[in-house]
Amino acid sequence: MAISNIWYFLSGLTLLSALMVVLAKNPIHSVLYLVFTFFCISGHYVLLNAQFLMAVNIIVYAGAIMVLFLFVIMMFDLKKNQPESKSSLTKLAGSIVAGTLLVLFVALLRKNNLPAPSEVNFKSQTGMVETLGKILYTEYLLPFELISILFFVAMVGAVMLGKREAGERNF
Amino acid sequence: MDLLSDFFLAKSTFIGIVFAITLGIAAYSTYFERKIAAFMQDRIGPDRAGPFGILQPLADAVKMFMKEDFIPANSNKWLFIAGPCLSMLTALMTSAVVPFGDTVTIGGVTFDLQGIDVNIGILWVFGIVSLGVYGILIGGWASNNKYSLLGAIRAASQNISYELAMGLAIIAILLFSGSLSTKAIVEGQQNGHWNIFYQPLGFIIFLICAFAECNRTPFDLPECETELIGGYHTEYSSMKLGFYLFAEYINMFISGAVMATLYFGGYDYPGIDFVTAQFGNNIAVFVGMGALIGKALLFVFVFMWVRWTLPRFRYDQLMGLGWATLIPLSMYNVVVTAFGILIGKPFTAGIVGVVLLIGGLLIHDQLFVKKKIA
Repeated sequence: MAISNIWYFLSGLTLLSALMVVLAKNPIHSVLYLVFTFFCISGHYVLLNAQFLMAVNIIVYAGAIMVLFLFVIMMFDLKKNQPESKSSLTKLAGSIVAGTLLVLFVALLRKNNLPAPSEVNFKSQTGMVETLGKILYTEYLLPFELISILFFVAMVGAVMLGKREAGERNF
Repeated sequence: MDLLSDFFLAKSTFIGIVFAITLGIAAYSTYFERKIAAFMQDRIGPDRAGPFGILQPLADAVKMFMKEDFIPANSNKWLFIAGPCLSMLTALMTSAVVPFGDTVTIGGVTFDLQGIDVNIGILWVFGIVSLGVYGILIGGWASNNKYSLLGAIRAASQNISYELAMGLAIIAILLFSGSLSTKAIVEGQQNGHWNIFYQPLGFIIFLICAFAECNRTPFDLPECETELIGGYHTEYSSMKLGFYLFAEYINMFISGAVMATLYFGGYDYPGIDFVTAQFGNNIAVFVGMGALIGKALLFVFVFMWVRWTLPRFRYDQLMGLGWATLIPLSMYNVVVTAFGILIGKPFTAGIVGVVLLIGGLLIHDQLFVKKKIA
């Protein structure tokens, strides 16, 4: 099987499952389709020879964030909080906006002929952990460290929000 | 892709053998679990099916298949079926990156005794472990039962909490090996340089996290009978329940194999040079495979031993242990290990680190913890 066939199959699967995220009536099904979409995107990373990104994508998104999503949605009473169906006017307006956006994107892509990557300068090892780590710790050291400070602040903030003050109600 | 190439055949044979070994060991773990429990409680245990009861797993399997397969009326049917299937899938996927041995040459063809040798091996293990919770979460929710849901939610929060400490313990290992590949980690530990001698604290943290990730006692809160009836598998019967229980035993064996790979030298064993010189490379490699499986089985025994020794934790104790003890400890472990590698004396730095930690804890106790005067 040629590699481009795998790409087409994977892209079709990605688009289908991403569509199902929006179309599924049950929120739990939506979340599960979203998890599947992340898997398909990880498959694309593998095709790009970026195994590290693939693993991190699965660990962070499919493994942690989506579990928390499921966790929260399972706590809802889904029968009570069923969103009422939108009126046909809203549906029509939504379709027109989305369609226009799609046409715009297609036009943009057609206008800007993206240059094909040159085969001479192509390095197959770009996505490997070693290369990625070296680039992060040399060329992009400052942004990397700044992001780590940002994460640290966010973590402290989350702990502060979650912490009970003395005398506060103990649920 | 040529489906009949030597490479493809060798790989599929190897994967089939690994699956057979894993499933066989998981089946007999159920027997040995009951035997060990019986021994510890001064009973006899299963002894009816076959001599010493060794056909008990077979009898259990027949019983599981013959029982009525029941799906609750208001449950979500597809997700109810998907839950145990996902549990089994994620339990079996981890073994792909465990290196069971070095390369062997049979009939001029070289076989690599590892499913896939990717350069992100340990991240693969970590990713599959983090996915393992989906089976429990989906099954628990789809049962449409409050107790199942509570069990599922406990499983999710427990797994996410203990993954952090587990990841930090792995980082200290990666500092030694300098590679994410499980093969490179094992090769760095050959000839007795096992990571356990350099990382005892990291190993203890990893072991505790493995208990929590496998939902084993003392951390089996998701299926805590005294509070939640049967936890996430309250509504399950027949082979679907069997899949959940089976996945737990597979997880135990695989996590034992991962611990042996990370901390106990993988397929390394004392006297490997002697065996290679006497009987040739192939025999030595297969003995190494046996050594790895033996180490993994030793960990399975530790899992059972602990189960019948320690009582179950309370849920807030579990969370407190994970977040307030294991994560700071593993961060400290990473810092001390990195410092030791920086100055080139990991052993000395480790000992100084332990002394500093105990000293710091003692001083903290003296200064900040108010003692009740009896």
